[in-house]
Amino acid sequence: MTNEALLIGHYAEIALKGGNRHLFERALLRAARARLPAGSTVDLQGSRLLARLPAGVAVEAGVSALQRCFGIVSVRPARRLPRPAELQVLTDEAVLMARASGAKSFKINARRADKRFALNSPALNREVGGAVSAATGLQVDLHHPDLEIGLDVREDAFYLWGATLPGPGGLPTGTAGRALVLMSGGIDSPVAAYLAAKRGLLLSAAYFHTFPYTGEGTRQKVIDLCRALAAYTGDVRLWVGHFTDVQVAIQERVPEPLRTLVVRRMMLRIAEEFCRRERAGALVTGDSLGQVASQTLEALTAVGEVAALPLLRPLIAADKTEIVALARQIGTYEVSVRPFDDCCTVFAPKHPRTRPTRAEVRDAERDLEVDALVAAAVARSERLRVTVAGVAAYPPGGA
Amino acid sequence: MAATHDALGAYLDNAATTPVLPEAAAAMAAVLGADPASRRAGLFANPSAVHRWGLAAAERVAEARRAVAAVLGTTAAEVVFTSGGTEANHLGILGHCRAGVRRGRHLVTTATEHRSVLSAVAVLAAEGWQVTYVPVGRDGRVRPEDVLAAVRPDTILVTLAHVNNEIGAMQPVRRIADALRHAFGRGEGPRFHVDAVQALGKVDADYGAWGVDSASVSAHKVGGPKGVGALYLRRGTRLLPPVPGGEQEGGLRPGTENVPGIVGFGAALASRAQPAGALLRPLKLRLLAGLIQALPGVEVNGPDPADAEAAAPHIVNLSFAAVTPLPAEVLLHALEGVGIACSAGSACSARRPEPSHVLAALGLPDARVRGSLRFSLGPCTGPAAIDWAVRHAPTAIASLVRLEGRR
Repeated sequence: MTNEALLIGHYAEIALKGGNRHLFERALLRAARARLPAGSTVDLQGSRLLARLPAGVAVEAGVSALQRCFGIVSVRPARRLPRPAELQVLTDEAVLMARASGAKSFKINARRADKRFALNSPALNREVGGAVSAATGLQVDLHHPDLEIGLDVREDAFYLWGATLPGPGGLPTGTAGRALVLMSGGIDSPVAAYLAAKRGLLLSAAYFHTFPYTGEGTRQKVIDLCRALAAYTGDVRLWVGHFTDVQVAIQERVPEPLRTLVVRRMMLRIAEEFCRRERAGALVTGDSLGQVASQTLEALTAVGEVAALPLLRPLIAADKTEIVALARQIGTYEVSVRPFDDCCTVFAPKHPRTRPTRAEVRDAERDLEVDALVAAAVARSERLRVTVAGVAAYPPGGA
Repeated sequence: MAATHDALGAYLDNAATTPVLPEAAAAMAAVLGADPASRRAGLFANPSAVHRWGLAAAERVAEARRAVAAVLGTTAAEVVFTSGGTEANHLGILGHCRAGVRRGRHLVTTATEHRSVLSAVAVLAAEGWQVTYVPVGRDGRVRPEDVLAAVRPDTILVTLAHVNNEIGAMQPVRRIADALRHAFGRGEGPRFHVDAVQALGKVDADYGAWGVDSASVSAHKVGGPKGVGALYLRRGTRLLPPVPGGEQEGGLRPGTENVPGIVGFGAALASRAQPAGALLRPLKLRLLAGLIQALPGVEVNGPDPADAEAAAPHIVNLSFAAVTPLPAEVLLHALEGVGIACSAGSACSARRPEPSHVLAALGLPDARVRGSLRFSLGPCTGPAAIDWAVRHAPTAIASLVRLEGRR
């Protein structure tokens, strides 16, 4: 057996999950296998995940894959030195790592999971640190080292790493059920979807297509947003809701200041029908309190009352700058700012009601055949399966 | 609302691009070397190579050069192949100006030019050149005397589009060339560059005889492939090319020739399917009459479409603002829904609506500009497409939601 490169993924929170722990670990393994490059192997050891990449695959590709597995809190590209082995093997590897890093100062951070090992952690720090210092001339700096070499003595092997990279955190995809996010093509909704999915949700999405008032470009944009999300959550089931007739009916029969609110109520009603067909247990929106006229507390209340399912609003307290920063980080921002109009610009009332009462909004729907419009819209909607690669045939084996 | 037509019933966006004509595709296939027969024929060879296959490829390029020259009224030696109309405009405009920089730094153009011309002009303006924009009338045309009046002793270049790409307005190129020659004498005074991308094959052009110094054209507007164009450059005219080096194309355009593209360009121009403008104008007028009859209030932007002096035969720009206040993008999608392809007169996004600079230059009110669509005909536009459009466009637009009460 020789030294090998691998990735160590830590998953702190799952370790707390008591009796369900094996379910979480299974979900994490499934996600890691799906995201890692083909040919990788994944195992669990203690409270950590060990991933081995096939020959020729860059470590960065593996790191990026694990950074897209919810549940992982940190990723360490590491070397594994199988035991039994002399301490010399360990110090040699540490010296190599220090030389390759280009650092000027370092420290050793050792731990001894195998308590039968002769040296305890402080002794290991001294021993390995001394050897590295002697061989490379690098300074030991316990407080602000350029390089921190972690090492772990386990029964099966020594493990060494030079960097600890952040994981996405959260809980493994699929451990919290399924939710359906309402996607407009804007910046907020994909970020809301990401945050909801981070807590272990499988994702479905609904986009309301209002052709010809919105073009195919907007629909493609939403598909591309789902592709970006699929890199974190696996396949996204995207419902393309046929919304034109609903929108036209609203334009004809609802007083102008309340139209946006009624549009949103209709979208929620249709989305809830999608949820029923998907066995999704919650709705997710990108609402952020006070961002636009339809996001005042009164407006959120007047819209939200039509939903029987829980309405998750992960961005409710987020500022636009925070949302944009996260959108850039997860790779949805560039898609969201593509210049395709959404129908809001055509249908937006000049003076929307910002503090509606619920009674007022219900009254505005008086002339609307709500149930018939919802049923007709659902019947003409289309369901797509969006993967990282694009739209895939649906369904592969039934839903 | 009718169901979306995936198939094109009426492709009326030929000013954006045209489908490749079968003759062009066949001619291209013969020089690609992708199939055994064309590989054995050796026409995929580099036309600069000295073996006979290279010479044969060079002969195909020469044939295409003659075809382009014939349509422009020039000699083949005066044709330089480029990567398209944009590069041809940049080569002509920047090339003339940089060659003449010691005599002055002033050029004359209009505000309605294509973006590729305006971007070349902007490059010069950033280098300290002064630019005079000759005003256009409500019909989008300049008067030759206004052009002449804008020329100063330090004017190096006059550049105009023969046919405007958005409204089809035709500039009096011949009269302007005459006026310049009359005022300054042959070969003296400013150089005259013509953006002939939309004019090629559609309107009479005899640039050599008229005294035009350079003209840019593009293959994909006339049933040729994308990625190839040409600059006509009057014999003996000195240009300083923006990208120097290389022996190809008289040293003006370095890089191995795009032989398949060039050959496709020539074949498209020589094709029997290449429609003369005289064939397209009646079709355009039928489309116009049909739309105006079904949708009273539709207005023409730019020149009188029936006036063969003022309006190109294949482009018409219509405003639907009096029919509906909906923006052009929505109308475009509504037509898309019944299988009709056209173009919005403005490049518009939800966050940054930018009305067409051409329509704005005509002095049209903003609402009229935002509700404008361009319909353009080409080599594959037959009577059936026009019938389709006249039958389906009015219903598609009439079925759009009425928003009048709101604005």
